[in-house]
Amino acid sequence: MSERREKLEALLGPTGPQVTCEECFERLDEYVELELRGADADERVPGMRAHLTGCPACADEHESLRELLGR
Amino acid sequence: MDRALADRPLDAPDNSRAWLEALRAEGARRDNAVADLHELLLRAARFEIGRRRAALSFVRGEELDDLALQAANDALVAVLAKLDDYRGASRFTTWAYKFALLEAGVRLRRRAWQGREIVLEPERWPAFADRQPTAQRTTEDAELLAELQRAVREELTPHQRDVFVALALNEVPIDVLSERLSTTRGALYKTLHDARTKLRRELAAAGYLEEDDR
Repeated sequence: MSERREKLEALLGPTGPQVTCEECFERLDEYVELELRGADADERVPGMRAHLTGCPACADEHESLRELLGR
Repeated sequence: MDRALADRPLDAPDNSRAWLEALRAEGARRDNAVADLHELLLRAARFEIGRRRAALSFVRGEELDDLALQAANDALVAVLAKLDDYRGASRFTTWAYKFALLEAGVRLRRRAWQGREIVLEPERWPAFADRQPTAQRTTEDAELLAELQRAVREELTPHQRDVFVALALNEVPIDVLSERLSTTRGALYKTLHDARTKLRRELAAAGYLEEDDR
């Protein structure tokens, strides 16, 4: 993907179905534990990955929980 | 509650049932469990502050300690109020941690923007140009930017435009904007999503989202 296209995609956000911020919070603990256990978190919680790509605040909380559990 | 259990790694035996039983007990047993839970949440809040300390170097340590305590207090209230919502999809401690991380994260984002004005006009349109642009690319980038500006101006509702400009262009944290506009993160993200969908449609129609983009 070209540099121009990457910047444009970041601005326009992810395509396809994604969970809401509320659903993201609801299932964040489950999703992170699945990830850390090596399970297919994206299959079990569809739409979560796309939301984390498009919502920096939810992505931040996802990263925090991963780091906290992974210490 | 055995305090040593509170921070066990994911491969340790699950103590979620013990947490729930203790928090639903009465008297001293419950009081102790609530105190243990508060301690757990405070550790999570302090962890979050530690992650962001570099970006908050202008905030005094005492204030950050107080902020962690406030976050832990509010997270405790939320966890106790939602105890019946816990379905066991993760460990109880993982489920509880997210409340403290949310409370701390929101407070930190808002603290970092305290006193800053939120500008709802485009402060910074994205530079689409590659590092070594050709004359042709420079022209194409200018055309793309013009089309994006037109779509933002003509296709979005005033509210969608404000939200898109603040969040996507000016990188205002969503929790800061939600506080200023007296709304929720979820409602703002929905507006952003709708705005992005419109802009994507417009740019696609103008041929800017084709896969053969060089």
